[in-house]
Amino acid sequence: MMDTALSILIGALTAMVPLVLTSVGATVSERAGVVNIGYEGILLMSAFFGAMFAEISGSPWIGLIGGAFIGMLLGMLHGFITVYLKGDHVIPGIGVNLLALGVVAFGIPAYWGTAGQHQVPSNFRIAPIIKTAYGSLSPMVLITIVIVVLTHWVLFRTPLGLRIRSVGENPEAADALGINVERYRFLATVYGATLAGLGGAFMSVDWLGTVTKQLSAGRGFIALANMVFSGWNPLRALLGGFIFGFFDNLSVWVRTNPTVQEIIPWQFVATLPYLVTLIIVAGIIGRVRAPKADGKPYKRE
Amino acid sequence: MRVDIRGFIKPLIESLIAIVIGILLGAIILAFSGYNPIKAYIALFDGALGSKYGWAMTLSATTPMILTALTFGLGARTGLFNIGAEGTVYFGAIAALILTNIWGNILMGLLGGIIAGIAWMGIPAFLKVFRGVNEVVSTIMLNWMAYFLALYIVLQKIPNPDDPNKTIAVPLSARFPIIIRGTELSWAFAISVIAAVLAYYVLWHTTLGYELRVSGYNERAARYAGINPKKAIIWSFLIGGITSGLAGAVEVMGRPPSYAISQGMANIYGYGFDGIGVSLVGRNHPLGIIFSGIFFGMLKAGATAMQIEAGVPLEMVRMVQGIIVVTVAIPGILDLLKRVVRK
Repeated sequence: MMDTALSILIGALTAMVPLVLTSVGATVSERAGVVNIGYEGILLMSAFFGAMFAEISGSPWIGLIGGAFIGMLLGMLHGFITVYLKGDHVIPGIGVNLLALGVVAFGIPAYWGTAGQHQVPSNFRIAPIIKTAYGSLSPMVLITIVIVVLTHWVLFRTPLGLRIRSVGENPEAADALGINVERYRFLATVYGATLAGLGGAFMSVDWLGTVTKQLSAGRGFIALANMVFSGWNPLRALLGGFIFGFFDNLSVWVRTNPTVQEIIPWQFVATLPYLVTLIIVAGIIGRVRAPKADGKPYKRE
Repeated sequence: MRVDIRGFIKPLIESLIAIVIGILLGAIILAFSGYNPIKAYIALFDGALGSKYGWAMTLSATTPMILTALTFGLGARTGLFNIGAEGTVYFGAIAALILTNIWGNILMGLLGGIIAGIAWMGIPAFLKVFRGVNEVVSTIMLNWMAYFLALYIVLQKIPNPDDPNKTIAVPLSARFPIIIRGTELSWAFAISVIAAVLAYYVLWHTTLGYELRVSGYNERAARYAGINPKKAIIWSFLIGGITSGLAGAVEVMGRPPSYAISQGMANIYGYGFDGIGVSLVGRNHPLGIIFSGIFFGMLKAGATAMQIEAGVPLEMVRMVQGIIVVTVAIPGILDLLKRVVRK
């Protein structure tokens, strides 16, 4: 019993990584006023290309960087449409999500020649730093925590963070003070998407070690729910990510555990992460406040 | 009926530009992936439009997509991003299967789709109106829950005793008659077109439709005009639930040869996502949706031919759809292109 609890807890720390990276990325983007619901697609495409880069280069770290790079490109696309062309913030994200479904479903058979699923060979995956009898911890868990703390510090303790928040809170005032609203919004969007890209590549070259067209499994949206849950605060998103990661990992664990499956069908347990997300989101709305100019295109008068 | 022609031309051209860009970028990706894009597209278009059989397959693939597109389109006209069609389709199909196996006629099957659609889409409506939950997050979570719950029902509750890969089938008496023999095109197609025309009528020729559109355009203005935006939101979700529930129902009642849900729900999976693209390319207008639905149906019907004749994985068309939707999201693409050309 104790062993099980420990292994689920360690698993939660791993499952938390893509959720937290995406939540914190989305937090920075939305603090600057840009909504992006394309993280689901960014996670998926980065997982695909991350695995591809890892296998080509022979290094999982190149895979992670490659995934982040793909995230960055998609962030630039989103930033270009929303910030510079003043387009709608939601529709490009929907487009990226649909695009990812196609790119990955097409890419797996086209690149690897397998139908529907590709297993990333273990020598292209990241070696754990801590190994215990209850499971192992990836260095990415620590890297994620460092990124969160740094992002939090920059966002709330530096002039740069103040400027990022000001263009999302009151772009007119920021503009009057000589802050380049468009540039900060664009860079914040790119930063958010880059973190999500890192999280996506982590799923394929480290945690799950596989590429499928359902790999992201709604995590891009769970991460957005976690961002709301955390009140657009990176440190709280770390805590929230651990809670969401716990249920994510729990459902994965139950699915591979025959004794539990006899009591309750695995399909019911598989709905848990989504159900918990819905309940938490429905419970906390009204008690958190979004950045004031979040999702509103800024046009100079 | 007076139709504003000039208002239609610009969005039409913009959608066509997006389609052309999608097809061109798709060709470039195909070439980079080592396929022959010309051969692939010829196989695709010839498969979908080159024969009476191809046209019939195109229109039968269009049938559920028009209905799921109406869900998104009605939502968008009410200022909502309703992504929940996908999950609703599953329950519409399951309800139609169960009810037709009890009563054995088309009406009961359609009723099953409608009831299931209202019930499932009622959840995000409730969460939005009473708890302020963003509909994008709630409908995506509900899609995943629907996927696993439907999988459970399909595998455990209504499996086909003779063929474990399928569910029970819709009885003969509750199947839509086939329009062209030897094809998959049934009169279910008419249901989609009627639904789109009705949606158009409701949106632009009834008080309810006016209220939906005003709430979508400007919530505060709606309140000043004495319109309750909450009521508009609930109606938008429920009508959207009806159309996507029907999408599932007509898919099992009007699609040969199985008239059942196949393994892994493969034959009912993905229509909700397709519908979003169909609606956006059709500019969230019910009549535009009919035409963009036929275009997407063509991609879907031609994809199989492309896979067989050019060896290109059929998922390639989903990629083209994605590119098209991203392009549609670029505002004023027409003016942008004009500027580039002038330089």
